[in-house]
Amino acid sequence: MGAWANIKAIVKRELGGYFTSPIAYVFLVIFLLLTGFFTFTVGSFFERGEASLVSFFTWHPWLYLFLVPAVGMRLWSEERRLGTIELLLTMPVTAWQVIVGKFLASWLFLALALVLTFPVVFTVNWLGDPDNGVIFAGYVGSLLLAGAYLAVSCMTSAMTRNQVISFIVSVLICLFLILAGYEPVTGLLSRVANPRLVEVIAAFSVMTHFEGFQRGVLDLRDIVFFASVMGFALFTTGVIIRNQRAG
Amino acid sequence: MIKVENLVKAFGPKLAVNDVSFTVGRGEVLGFLGPNGAGKSTTMRMITGFIPPTSGRVTIGGHDIVDEPLAAKRLFGYLPENAPGYADMSVHGFLNFCAELRGLQGDARKSAVHRAVELCFLENVLYQSIDTLSKGYKHRTCLAQSLIHDPEVLVMDEPTDGLDPNQKHEVRNLIKRMGENKAIIFSTHILEEVEAACTRVIIIDRGRIVANGTPQELKARSPEGRLEDVFRSITLPDTVKH
Repeated sequence: MGAWANIKAIVKRELGGYFTSPIAYVFLVIFLLLTGFFTFTVGSFFERGEASLVSFFTWHPWLYLFLVPAVGMRLWSEERRLGTIELLLTMPVTAWQVIVGKFLASWLFLALALVLTFPVVFTVNWLGDPDNGVIFAGYVGSLLLAGAYLAVSCMTSAMTRNQVISFIVSVLICLFLILAGYEPVTGLLSRVANPRLVEVIAAFSVMTHFEGFQRGVLDLRDIVFFASVMGFALFTTGVIIRNQRAG
Repeated sequence: MIKVENLVKAFGPKLAVNDVSFTVGRGEVLGFLGPNGAGKSTTMRMITGFIPPTSGRVTIGGHDIVDEPLAAKRLFGYLPENAPGYADMSVHGFLNFCAELRGLQGDARKSAVHRAVELCFLENVLYQSIDTLSKGYKHRTCLAQSLIHDPEVLVMDEPTDGLDPNQKHEVRNLIKRMGENKAIIFSTHILEEVEAACTRVIIIDRGRIVANGTPQELKARSPEGRLEDVFRSITLPDTVKH
């Protein structure tokens, strides 16, 4: 019980931190503008003439590539820069409660951003008769994708007190997670490498696992994939923080 | 309440803290003196469990800080060096957050925050964000955080650093008053502070304890009866090569 109370306190503080600074509002506005731009202009939502949100979800791995590290980069770097990490870790809380609390707070924030894209769902329902089950699956996949990127950002944020470095490293790792399964890249790879090997590499990619959700399939394997990326990255965060304290 | 046994901390080949042992009981105020870089902050970070010791043991109220960190951490309040605080939070929000992490809920939390605010004279800046505070207020906010759960043990790293003379005087009196029924350890390099507030003094130099006694005992070591002379004769300034 005490553990949840601690996690709740940390979630509350972190979420409050987003909204007392301009970060939250800047992020939300940019996120909504960009999703709109990509869905309607680049993704040619209207020209497609189909009642689906394919043109909306296709862009999420690329949008998140830059936006999620921007949300996650301050989580631990800021704590170290201000020295508050010393305060936090000498409180009667475990490092795990802090890690989970910080992660959940940012994930909730990203979930809020995703919820605010609701007009696009209304639009497609008003114009046509889409399969809302598929749309729901798309949202679930998108949230999991954001969570995976966010966990990676948590990890890179714990490595350095410099937010810029944290941002760049996290973008690079997420870019790898995309490219490993991005069709132009896998196509290129299969010309020089064993197709089996290419398949193994692609299995590490978020693209491979996000695809199912876009088609409306909630596959347990895909869910397990995203959950294990988050688990692994957060576990590594814990190891990094422990090693830093050991000096 | 605080028991430190053979504490050692090595950073690479360098021993920052070398075989330090002492105890602080209830009703005692221990002044931790030493030149800059002597290992004061490192010792305090090990006592509070922020960094693990290379060897040795710390127990707070009978709980080992490494083996039972949560039980030990509940007992003390800690003011880290430079008094950190979340820049974007208000003083009130910050103290509430700390009280929450200390397990205080509802009315108990409200009265705890109120008490700490009164004790550290923070009424005027209660709803100001921490990054707009002057150094003195920022310091007192962090001090208030360490007192919020009325702990039995207090660990303070340079509690009067950056305060003006009036504020220094207030904080010293506060430490002295609280020392009557708590176990307090605080570090400083201001000698008058030790005479004003401590029941016992430890002088540490290059990681080792070089003197341990009451302020009177230490003063008696110098012909003029001045603590400053004693301090200078047993510690090496860092301008001297060793």
